[in-house]
Amino acid sequence: MKQLLSFIKKEFYQVFRDQKTLVMLFGMPIAQIILFGFALTNEIKNANIVVVDNAKDIASQQIINKIEGSKFFNVQKTLMNPAQIDAAFKTGKIKLAVVFPANFNTDLLHLNKTSLQVIADASDPNTATTLTSYITSIVNDYQSQLSQNSSLPYSIHPEVRMLYNPDLRGAPNFVPGVMAMVLLLVCVMMTSVSIVREKELGTMEILLVSPIKPVLIIIAKAIPYLLLSLVNLGAILLLSVYALDLPVKGSILLLVLESTLLIMTSLSLGLLISTITSSQQSAMFASMLGMMLPTMLLSGYLFPIENMPIVLQVISNIVPARWYYIIVKDIMLKGLGFSYIWKETTILIGMTLFFLLIALRNFKIRLE
Amino acid sequence: MNETVIKTNKLTKRFGDFVAVDEISFEVHKGEIFGFLGANGAGKTTAMRMLCGLSIPTSGEATVAGYDVFTQPEKIKENIGYMSQKFSLYEDLTVLENIQFYGGIYGLSDKEIKEKSDELTHKLGLHKEAKKLVRSLPLGWKQKLSFLVSIVHTPKIVFLDEPTGGVDPYMRREFWDLIYEGADKGITIFVTTHYLDEAEYCNRVTIMVDGKIEALDSPAGLRKKFGVATIDEVFYKLAREAKRSAD
Repeated sequence: MKQLLSFIKKEFYQVFRDQKTLVMLFGMPIAQIILFGFALTNEIKNANIVVVDNAKDIASQQIINKIEGSKFFNVQKTLMNPAQIDAAFKTGKIKLAVVFPANFNTDLLHLNKTSLQVIADASDPNTATTLTSYITSIVNDYQSQLSQNSSLPYSIHPEVRMLYNPDLRGAPNFVPGVMAMVLLLVCVMMTSVSIVREKELGTMEILLVSPIKPVLIIIAKAIPYLLLSLVNLGAILLLSVYALDLPVKGSILLLVLESTLLIMTSLSLGLLISTITSSQQSAMFASMLGMMLPTMLLSGYLFPIENMPIVLQVISNIVPARWYYIIVKDIMLKGLGFSYIWKETTILIGMTLFFLLIALRNFKIRLE
Repeated sequence: MNETVIKTNKLTKRFGDFVAVDEISFEVHKGEIFGFLGANGAGKTTAMRMLCGLSIPTSGEATVAGYDVFTQPEKIKENIGYMSQKFSLYEDLTVLENIQFYGGIYGLSDKEIKEKSDELTHKLGLHKEAKKLVRSLPLGWKQKLSFLVSIVHTPKIVFLDEPTGGVDPYMRREFWDLIYEGADKGITIFVTTHYLDEAEYCNRVTIMVDGKIEALDSPAGLRKKFGVATIDEVFYKLAREAKRSAD
């Protein structure tokens, strides 16, 4: 115990003395949250849309006025046939089209219900959802105004069509993605670099000749980064709740536990990298290439996994962030409990054990 | 002087076809300063690593501090100190923190660590620098500190792997004074070096050539046996026959 404590103390001294790394450790998540949260906002202003008014009646005109009054759209009124609309989408000139049927107001008055078509370019799913939801809410707004002035239940049904990407995946929420990336990157890189540094400087030899058990070395290396990562996690959550207005809908305890699990996965992966690399540069490089890119590209956080080629979809299964991302989204955004995420949790535990096992085996071999 | 602390019998290490250490047999006695000489690549470091439990011998027998290198490496580790070729303290820790850390992993109590810290810093005249980062110390002092830290737990044997590499002659002299002090306390010193003048400081010297022990005696005995005036000449006589090129 005394051995372990001395070791952990030493690790903390080293971590806190290396200020460049500390700045990176805490600066990166904050910068990312702020970047993703504010600069790369999903709010859309001045999107080009077309309105095809085949009805030209009072109801359609009122709705069009409302749309035009909104700051979100650049409205262009034309008469287009479906083929022309299609062509406009293909050239990317417009993001969305609203089509009123010829007998819009007649249907509304006589049948008490009518519909209009909302077509969106869903090749950019985030923009498409945002735009359609704006239009839908404008239509709903109009519908409730109508119903207020009359005893009849008017209903206008916007038929939404998502072009190119009917499943529409990738609800914009960067916080879970940033959490996954930061935790993974920090833990994987820091542990691997800190162990490899001992190899490079020759102090590892001294440690191996000392009576301290290899497993204690590993624990002592992992604990400071585990604690720092939890602090980091707290900072990210506080930022997302108070600065980005993104509340945690589910259990915070569960979220912290699951995050600790991801931290363990990352620590064991970092350990694994440290056993197969021999210089700090290569450890850093392996962590960056091995973690940063797959986490960004294959976790489903920037790009929907469903849209990827099959090969990449299969590869994405071995990216820990993919599972963690689902877990965080389920807890934070949907407020789901453990019964919904036990599968992902099991996968992460399995990965952790797997990495740890190989790492421990390699670590021992190096001893001999 | 007669208690044996290291004993090897035909100790061998092979890496594939390459025989790094070829059936070496010797004994080291308690309190002795035992020098291990050889050109680069002669197998000194490999031999030492086997005795420290860092590397498992391919064949042969060896006991260190009474424990078997094959079956009781953990016991050996509790009884030895080690100073490697590379500088082995943490440069980003202070002098005191280094002492505390190594004291800690060798299981010393807080009180012992405190006493040792005072003793070591005073011995080296480093008490003013105790809270400075090791990085800022001159190399000679670092090496001396490194040696004292390697015997902070008063081991039975300390292994020094080319401890004075790159240190100026004056500091080397001071370093050897520390080694003598350690030996006087009953710590057996096992030291590899390629500074031949340092061989004269040892009680007994072995000269390794191509993984084999070619000579083992006191410096005076070696000079007499080979009929030359210095260990230098003994070494050159033997090294000329080496087939393995230095790496």
